Amino acid sequence: MQIIKDKAIVEDQWVHFDGQGDLPDGDLIVSLDVWQTRANELKGRRVGLQLEPDQHPKDIRDELANFELIAINFPTFMDGRGYSYAKILRDRFGFEGEIRAVGDVMRDQMFYMQRCGFTAYEVKEGRDIHDAIKAFDDFSVKYQVSADEHTPIYRRR
Amino acid sequence: MYKYDENDRRIVLERAAQFKSQVERRLTGALKEEEFRPLRLQNGLYLQLHAYMLRVAVPYGLMSSTQMRMLSHIASKYDRGYGHMTTRQNIQFNWPKLDDVPSILDDLASVEMHAIQTSGNCIRNISADQFAGVIADEVVDPRPYAEIMRQWSTFHPEFAYLPRKFKFAFTGATTDRAAVQFHDIGFHALKNDAGEVGFKIYVGGGMGRTPMIGKVVSEFVPEKDLLLYTEAIMRVYNQFGRRDNKYKARIKILVHEMKLEEFTRRVEDEFTALLEEGGLPLDQAEIDRVAAYFVDPAYEDLPEKSASLDQNLADNRDFSFWYRQNVLTHKKTGYAIVNLSLKKPGVPPGDLTDVQMLAIADLADKYSFGEIRSTHEQNLVLADVRKDDLFDLWGALSTSGFADPNIGTLQDMICCPGLDFCTLANARSIPIADKITSRFDDMDYLYDLGELKLKMSGCINACGHHHVGHIGILGVNKKGTELYQITLGGSAGDDASVGKIMGPGFDEDGIVPALEKILATYIDLREDGEEFLATYRRVGMTPFKETLYANH
Repeated sequence: MQIIKDKAIVEDQWVHFDGQGDLPDGDLIVSLDVWQTRANELKGRRVGLQLEPDQHPKDIRDELANFELIAINFPTFMDGRGYSYAKILRDRFGFEGEIRAVGDVMRDQMFYMQRCGFTAYEVKEGRDIHDAIKAFDDFSVKYQVSADEHTPIYRRR
Repeated sequence: MYKYDENDRRIVLERAAQFKSQVERRLTGALKEEEFRPLRLQNGLYLQLHAYMLRVAVPYGLMSSTQMRMLSHIASKYDRGYGHMTTRQNIQFNWPKLDDVPSILDDLASVEMHAIQTSGNCIRNISADQFAGVIADEVVDPRPYAEIMRQWSTFHPEFAYLPRKFKFAFTGATTDRAAVQFHDIGFHALKNDAGEVGFKIYVGGGMGRTPMIGKVVSEFVPEKDLLLYTEAIMRVYNQFGRRDNKYKARIKILVHEMKLEEFTRRVEDEFTALLEEGGLPLDQAEIDRVAAYFVDPAYEDLPEKSASLDQNLADNRDFSFWYRQNVLTHKKTGYAIVNLSLKKPGVPPGDLTDVQMLAIADLADKYSFGEIRSTHEQNLVLADVRKDDLFDLWGALSTSGFADPNIGTLQDMICCPGLDFCTLANARSIPIADKITSRFDDMDYLYDLGELKLKMSGCINACGHHHVGHIGILGVNKKGTELYQITLGGSAGDDASVGKIMGPGFDEDGIVPALEKILATYIDLREDGEEFLATYRRVGMTPFKETLYANH
């Protein structure tokens, strides 16, 4: 599957594992539940953790070092909790790995997502990934300090 | 007023281009309506009963004559020749075509205007005291802070998909004219004992189905922390505000359910964490840069008294009524603040035509430094008029239809568009407003009634602010019949209160007689010089109720 990563379209190196059956090969993205119930098997593997909107990053703060990647699910793009989670992961918890948006991820949300610290996007099925990647060019001016802009506008005027 | 620099200009142009692409993708079907809907809403575009409606932002209610001329152009070219001033100081057009909206946005961008965040579950356009900078009771001019906040909230990446809409209001005066206690966040600019500027911050006020008065989350946030503290509040809300029920999703419900103490603790913790992470205070240089756009215009040094004004007041009864009712004292000697009434029988409250817009622009240029303000009570203001010019201005306003001497009276009612336009409404508002303004058109009677805030909403969402009307009217639909419930005792001012429902509603023929009874009761019970709200608060609901429902 193709995803957008670091503003380029690439083949995804990760596999979503739903916890059914044996662990597949490769680098796995798992839910919090799978992480907790199959921790022993996952030890030593490259693991990505997927958070749901009602799973707050503060609850896994102490375990963050185990994860190369945090995926944040947007069951609907109208649920904006994930934007705050990404900010907190980056600014507060110092998470430097990939933060990936999954679920209802479309072009028109991606500009905001990258500003909050997301670096990868599984664009929703049926959507043109080549169209979606244009989102990053929507705005050249940013009023706020954020993951992609550390100097406030008033110090850049 | 604030002038865009290259950054501000680019951002509205890029927004216009972005929205054009979204419209194109919608028209080709690449975007589904349910996906397009939140996007168009964040750009002020609603789908109403008959057509699209575009709501244009008027940040903190301030417009230039150039902008007003562009609004006139848009009204005549893309609409049916009129626009409508809203209760959040914005202007909306009721009949644009979807394909025309990108062109309208380009036109708006050319005069430093836009429709950004005038709707949607984001931080909405910011409202403020319409007399900011010119009124004598002001402590801090809130406009520079409102502008700084406008920029900060524009396309804020973290807060574009909040649980629900989010409204800010600013005041910096001793008298609150911005209803800061009825906003998601109300910012009351003030000075501490050391003379430093800061903000008393109210959170969780609002109207709608569950009216609530805002609660104080901080008595004093220093100006340098304005943005960070706001970020802390927004982040707590974005994470913990309810998303399971849209009617319980506003921050007022979160504050209510979490309790103020716990909410405040979380905000303070978040604020501390933001500071520890290196969150940047607002630079004084930036406050000064923005404030420089709001310094006083080039006032002349004029005497307190204007001989020509006094003469005309003595000679002309109509002029003197208008002066007494629609003109306010200015902080600058020799100047006056002039309210332009958009309320008159036969015209929906807040409506004005393209021709009227041009007339206002010309009058603003001639008499008021080229600036116009809009008010949340759906009127306009020329804020810097020489007393010597008042008589001439009155003549011109009379010709254009803005001189009805009814500001603050029963005729000066707030009213939502209602069932004539709105998909949410349960009942019509505009025809009822017209019945009321037509029935109560005896100015002597209205002046005798004194200050009386009548506010009407066509449904429980309360866009017409009925909860805070001294008299409020709420349109409901009972078994296919439009009924109008009456509330008494609301206030949006410093003495904020939510009106109480009197009892069963009245149909459209019964509402005017009901008001007559309420007003007669007031006149009967009032003490010398006592305004309606004071009488109600003294005597309570019972006598009003007894008269109103005597024959039922």
